[in-house]
Amino acid sequence: MDFEYSSEEHAFREEVRTFLREHLPPRRERGRDFMQTWLEKVREKGWVGFSWPKEYGGSAGGLIEQAILREEMALAKGPPLGTSFMGLAWVGPGIMQYGTDEQKRRFIPDILDSKVSWCTGYSEPNHGSDLAAIQCKAVRDGDHYVVNGQKIWTSGAPWADWIILLVRTQFDPAAKHKGITCLLVPMTTPGIEVRPIENMAGDRHFAEVFFTDVRVPVANRLGAEGEGWMVTVSALANERSSIGEVTQMFDKLDALRELVKRTTRQGRPASQDPKVRRTLAMFEAKIAAMKYNGLRYLTRQIKGEPLSSETSVNKLLRASLEIEMDDFAVELTGQAGLQMPGGDAAVDGGRWAKSSLSWPNVVIGGGTPNIQRNIIAERILGQPKD
Amino acid sequence: MNFGFTEEQNLLREQVRRFMQEACGMSTVRALMKTDSGFDPALWRQVGDLGWLGLTIPVDHGGIGLKWVDLTVVLEETARGLSPLPIVAHALATAAVLRCGSAKQQGDWLPAMATGAVVCTIALYDDPNWISPDAITLTGERVAGGVRLTGTKRFVPDALAADYLMLAYRGPDGLGLAAIRPDQGTIKPQPGMDRTKPSGSVTLDGVIVTEDMLLPFSTADLAWLTDVGAVAVTAEMVGAAEAALHMTSEYARTRIQFGKPIGQYQGVKHRLADIFVDVESFKSLLYYAAWCVDDAPDELPRAISLAKGYASDAFARIGIDGVGLHGAIGFTAEYDIQLYLKRSKWARPMFGDSDWHLDRVAALGGL
Repeated sequence: MDFEYSSEEHAFREEVRTFLREHLPPRRERGRDFMQTWLEKVREKGWVGFSWPKEYGGSAGGLIEQAILREEMALAKGPPLGTSFMGLAWVGPGIMQYGTDEQKRRFIPDILDSKVSWCTGYSEPNHGSDLAAIQCKAVRDGDHYVVNGQKIWTSGAPWADWIILLVRTQFDPAAKHKGITCLLVPMTTPGIEVRPIENMAGDRHFAEVFFTDVRVPVANRLGAEGEGWMVTVSALANERSSIGEVTQMFDKLDALRELVKRTTRQGRPASQDPKVRRTLAMFEAKIAAMKYNGLRYLTRQIKGEPLSSETSVNKLLRASLEIEMDDFAVELTGQAGLQMPGGDAAVDGGRWAKSSLSWPNVVIGGGTPNIQRNIIAERILGQPKD
Repeated sequence: MNFGFTEEQNLLREQVRRFMQEACGMSTVRALMKTDSGFDPALWRQVGDLGWLGLTIPVDHGGIGLKWVDLTVVLEETARGLSPLPIVAHALATAAVLRCGSAKQQGDWLPAMATGAVVCTIALYDDPNWISPDAITLTGERVAGGVRLTGTKRFVPDALAADYLMLAYRGPDGLGLAAIRPDQGTIKPQPGMDRTKPSGSVTLDGVIVTEDMLLPFSTADLAWLTDVGAVAVTAEMVGAAEAALHMTSEYARTRIQFGKPIGQYQGVKHRLADIFVDVESFKSLLYYAAWCVDDAPDELPRAISLAKGYASDAFARIGIDGVGLHGAIGFTAEYDIQLYLKRSKWARPMFGDSDWHLDRVAALGGL
């Protein structure tokens, strides 16, 4: 057990910090072309797709360096390393693993260069947690598939260029998982209609997506026909180290502490209220647990031990923190905490009120807490499946 | 960066686990629970021979010269089966001698402590729920050749097993630590809820302890021993909580109701998953704290308070739900899960409960 970093790792951290000092100006000094320059610079450094193989344009970076990179980026509150979040998180890895050479050439560079943005067409109105039961169908017609059906909760659909789409190609109920195929579809294809859905925070970044006789070339199929479930599962299993998230949560904790220091409740300083102190300390314990759980699992990965479903542990911790931390700030500050951005009494510009309504982004997306609990109970503790 | 155990530490874990299963199974534990001392001298000697008692003692004092991370591995595993060995009390007494003892005391005492030839315990606070120098009330008065001790240490772990009892007292110029023999005081066993953690009170009626048996003891020493005490207890909590989870999980897999294993119901399986999350989490926090003892002592207070603050409440809930998920059978004396419930209640206040630790976290964060 050793929490020291090697000299190479230290040097890499210094390199990241130096880069950030040179290329990440304070927010108010960032000009209109800042983001474009930023994306080009981090691309030049090889930090986009950092762990991806070099043949695909990545840097083949190690797990620890990747964690350092994410940690430093989060500490500096840097913008993302690419605008295609889903492209980098799972579309790219999925294509590298299952794609044809032609697909790799066509899609991977654009993901790394932030030229296209992706959205993910998994959930359907009747099939969310029970994803393998999807019904959106694709029927083969020569060298095309013809897609008919509907997706929903598709984050980023209103502005995405492409969608990674799960469709059903076998309709025999016994073929549940084996009847699923994965297609890569331009959002401009005729027959696709996007209807944004307003969420409870007032944002409109997810949508319903309707497919009516949408023709998709067979060449755009990712993996074999009927292999879509495998593609999805292994792409989603491309777990990201949670270290960047942990850094952001420590930041949020700092902001909460500052808020507590300047808040009174019933005329007394909130910082002296035992319940307030205890709640904040327990947030810290859970965030620190996420950090050290993450490092423990990372160490096991480096040693080549396969992880079971331990990453669900941090997902559950994060889910409870996402819900509780913003809500704590809202409750702490009484009626002021209820004012949204623009309110005269809004706390920290309404930040807490707004984000206390946004937790489902993180908590529901990618598997609800109850699904994570099923995963832990069944795969780690050996309990029978539902 | 490496947050894992070495090959040697993994082997040590295997060795302890195997030995404890064979030498100190539940029938042995239950037999020892019926005695006042809870002490098995033969088992203790074996444990001494295996080197576990001298783990953190330097080689030139007859120990193995390892660190608290290694000791943590041992404590996790000895607690898995709720062994009543006085191993934590002995380890903390050892830590006190290593930190506060003179060169002569270390040279004289540590070799016998390393082999287990003597059993030692240590008692710090006399108030049942107060982590403060003011909670030490045993009084020491300067006399020619030593200190005269008067008062009662009410909470002395493994008091009836110990050959030496290290007792914190309040002297005219601050705190002190005195090592006494059992026959110098009156030891009375106290019936605790958890019979695998025997304790007693020690009453001293003007006993004179000679200079050679006194150790200087500052409030900083007291605070440090409290922190490493919390590390030791939390290590035991990890092992015991994992065992309680395993036991309950096995029961849920095999107990059939309404035609299926109860582990198939989400009301049961989800609680088991949440227990897993909690145990994983306070385990990670504990490992970091154990590493801090030797390698980052400045960070120890916050690290152990995060771990014990989390573990105290979580393990108590695991004890209750472990019994609850078993149903009526879990309520019987015959089933072992109830012993884990008792252990969780025992561990909760030891070296600070969650209220104390979490409040310290808040204070360290500037509140």
